[in-house]
Amino acid sequence: MKEVRIHGRGGQGGVTSAELVATAAIAEGKYAQAFPSFGPERRGAPVAAFIRVSDSQIRTREKVYHPDIVMVLDPSLPALVNVAEGLKDDGIVVLNTELSEDEIRDKFGIKSKLAMVDATKIATEELGLPITNTTMLGALLKATGIVNKDALFEALEKRFGRLAEKNKAALDRAYNETVIAG
Amino acid sequence: MSKRVGIEVSIAIAEAVGLARAEVIPAYPITPQTHIVEHLSEMVANGEVDAEFVPVESEHAAMSCCCGSIAAGARTFTSSSSQGLSLMSEILYIPSTMRLPIVMVVANRAMSAPISIWNDHQDIMVQRDIGWIQTFAENGQEAVDLTLHAFRVAEDRNVSLPMIVNIDGFTLSHVIEPIELPDQEEVDKFLPPFKPRYKLDPRRPISMGPVGIPEVYTEAKVAHDKAMKKAKRYILKAWDEFEEIFGRKYNPVESYRTEDAEVLLVTMGSISETAMTAVDAMRDAGQKVGLLRIRLWRPFPGQEFRKAVGKAKVLAVIDRCLPPGALCGPVGAELRSLFYKIPGAPKIFSFVAGLGGRDVTVERFEEIVDKARAFAKKRPRELYEVIGVREK
Repeated sequence: MKEVRIHGRGGQGGVTSAELVATAAIAEGKYAQAFPSFGPERRGAPVAAFIRVSDSQIRTREKVYHPDIVMVLDPSLPALVNVAEGLKDDGIVVLNTELSEDEIRDKFGIKSKLAMVDATKIATEELGLPITNTTMLGALLKATGIVNKDALFEALEKRFGRLAEKNKAALDRAYNETVIAG
Repeated sequence: MSKRVGIEVSIAIAEAVGLARAEVIPAYPITPQTHIVEHLSEMVANGEVDAEFVPVESEHAAMSCCCGSIAAGARTFTSSSSQGLSLMSEILYIPSTMRLPIVMVVANRAMSAPISIWNDHQDIMVQRDIGWIQTFAENGQEAVDLTLHAFRVAEDRNVSLPMIVNIDGFTLSHVIEPIELPDQEEVDKFLPPFKPRYKLDPRRPISMGPVGIPEVYTEAKVAHDKAMKKAKRYILKAWDEFEEIFGRKYNPVESYRTEDAEVLLVTMGSISETAMTAVDAMRDAGQKVGLLRIRLWRPFPGQEFRKAVGKAKVLAVIDRCLPPGALCGPVGAELRSLFYKIPGAPKIFSFVAGLGGRDVTVERFEEIVDKARAFAKKRPRELYEVIGVREK
């Protein structure tokens, strides 16, 4: 079983990211859960969402304490939130950032494996909006292969209809531009 | 054919209510039930469900409206949580003794104060004695299946009682997970149209709900109590029929790895899934531990529960409700009553856990089993223990 924690700000679509991955995994015949952090969420405030994906039935309702993967939608969050909290030793942090690996390690003290992409730039250019939730899924796929890209594209088409094409292009570009380090 | 989809549990419940062809849905939104009624109102507005959605001004009005529509012979559904369910309180006792088979899903949530939108079972335990049939779902699939089952049971002329399906707020209501959504043909086969024995009809006027003078009140309440006890047979029968059509089997009490178990955890609702994982871990470590999960809470399936306990010596009962000043939580009290003076009865220890959204983890279940074993050797001073209270 793989557990994912997504950090974003309220309104950035972290819950939608979680939903897209879980529905894609389920469509592939796997088992999955997606859920928000059950708090009084507010637009703009740091929030989290969670995913579990497994080949067998998932028998837990615990919160996610030790994720295998952390995905961060907003570049300003690692300075405010300890995004690597509870991460497994062999876990990976997937960041939306314009910083280099050295700068990230120096500034935020993240020691784990990293996947980095400037998703804000990609989303702004491809979607016309700095909303990175679907773009960052490209980085997640590149870094982890947690679901099949075709299944994820199908989930995007179901969720966004004719807007799916732009999101798929942004996701693909992020997939190609993601750098993995450590 | 049913289809397996990734779907939020609340949305799946709303779909099930649509498949059940509910005719009147009076509802007032409250966290964490909101997505159920939002989706139902969308389905009605889009013409996907041929029902009247009544956006009432309060939960008190919602339940009052339910009483009217069900008395007029319409299949009726509503949903609530917590303070909203409490606002229905005045009305909740009425359809049950009047034998009006409303179906309600309660997304269980804590009671204020302090204000909490998070999950436990205090809201429904406030309503323990309203005389509605009550079940508890473990996961999304069960939430869907028990919703369909509730219409079938409640409206059975041998039962004619309202029914509540409890689902844990957030930990079930807001989770996207794989669910087999049945198709319309299967549901129609399982659930015949609602044909009440009596209904309000201007062409054949009758009175419902007149005053119960002291000469008849006791008899009305005894009749209600008898109806609840008799209902169990039809609840089980409907689960058998459900299995025939949908292939999923439900029992009033579920046993997990109870063979040769010395200690049995007893749970209700979605923490049972985590409890199964905890049982697996403890079994791997050589401990003889199992799990009993109560699915049918009212009428309480005493006979089935006693049988499920078998030869286990210790029960560790977990309540998600802390009634201040009581001897223990309601599930613990029920089971102590069930085994009172029964020869060879297990020792019963009552625990309270998971209040107001506090997570009940595998480690917590292990702690509960350790404590129950210790209590079996040395009787505890208190009749219950609250798990995971922070000291500072």
